[in-house]
Amino acid sequence: MHEMGIAQQLVQIAIDSIPEDIENPKVEKLNLRIGKLASVVEHSLTFCFEIITKDTPLENAKLDIDFIAVMVHCKSCDNEWEVTGPVFKCPFCEDGDVEMLTGREIEITSLELTD
Amino acid sequence: MEINIQKRVLEANETEADKSRMFFKEQNVFVLNMMSSPGSGKTEILCKTLAKLMPGVRVGVIVGDICTTNDADRLDVTGAKVTQINTDQFGGDCHLAAHLIIASARQLGCEDLDLLIVENIGNLVCPAEFDIGEDARAVVLSVTEGEDKPLKYPLMFRVADVAILNKIDLLPYLDFDAGLVKDNMKQVHPHLPIFEISAKTEEGFEPWLEWLKIKVFEKTGRGL
Repeated sequence: MHEMGIAQQLVQIAIDSIPEDIENPKVEKLNLRIGKLASVVEHSLTFCFEIITKDTPLENAKLDIDFIAVMVHCKSCDNEWEVTGPVFKCPFCEDGDVEMLTGREIEITSLELTD
Repeated sequence: MEINIQKRVLEANETEADKSRMFFKEQNVFVLNMMSSPGSGKTEILCKTLAKLMPGVRVGVIVGDICTTNDADRLDVTGAKVTQINTDQFGGDCHLAAHLIIASARQLGCEDLDLLIVENIGNLVCPAEFDIGEDARAVVLSVTEGEDKPLKYPLMFRVADVAILNKIDLLPYLDFDAGLVKDNMKQVHPHLPIFEISAKTEEGFEPWLEWLKIKVFEKTGRGL
């Protein structure tokens, strides 16, 4: 539901990252890392991104998203595992204090310019 | 040509949230971010909570809604300092962002407060993603909403520090399994404190008020 705001931030960060001395830059691809627990819907993000990049150096750029697994750590028994559903209970000690290691990322890692 | 960036997309919000946290630390006020779906009873819980906490604990409230000042009007009669944010001026945002909170907190004035409660926009998705510089997050779920909500919206229940199960006065009339919803919350967040209350009848308020007062005291040294 807030994908438009995220798309706007993406565009801002991307445009600020293009070196000023490049004439008529054209972005081919934006590489992103998005955690599987982040509240981002890929279709909505792509849709918003397409709308707001018209007539900008990012028009027609592709969003290449690397989805990051939700990894958690139990501080009580020191085990680590991947969470694939909504269950965060420690399967080893069953009563542990669980912290998230990855899975909430919303990051832009790089952009690729057309040569 | 590839240009390396490595930036968090919500960094702008995180920077503002850090500024808010500094401001709230300077003001020595405890900040609670209260979130839920629309209609779970946040405003009624706050009306009753404020009436029971004040004047021993000095409370201010920032209320977020897309439109109307209805909730702020309801809270105003408690005597607490209240300010409303309407996000229709900001494109009808579905959550409160950190820059709005610090601006409202400055406008409200926190120097004479022990506790600032932010009643976030009714939504179990987006507010969970946005740090507003708070000290704790509360999620409210009412017994009319379905036991599987914690499993459907795991991030919200994962980031919460406390959960309130509201409208328990309706349990005799519903096929709602309170044990199951608590189990589901614990699946997502094993050590989540859960308070079962009725904002209407005020049943179950004491443990919730006690939790809140201890949190306020731990940060500010006041309010107990």
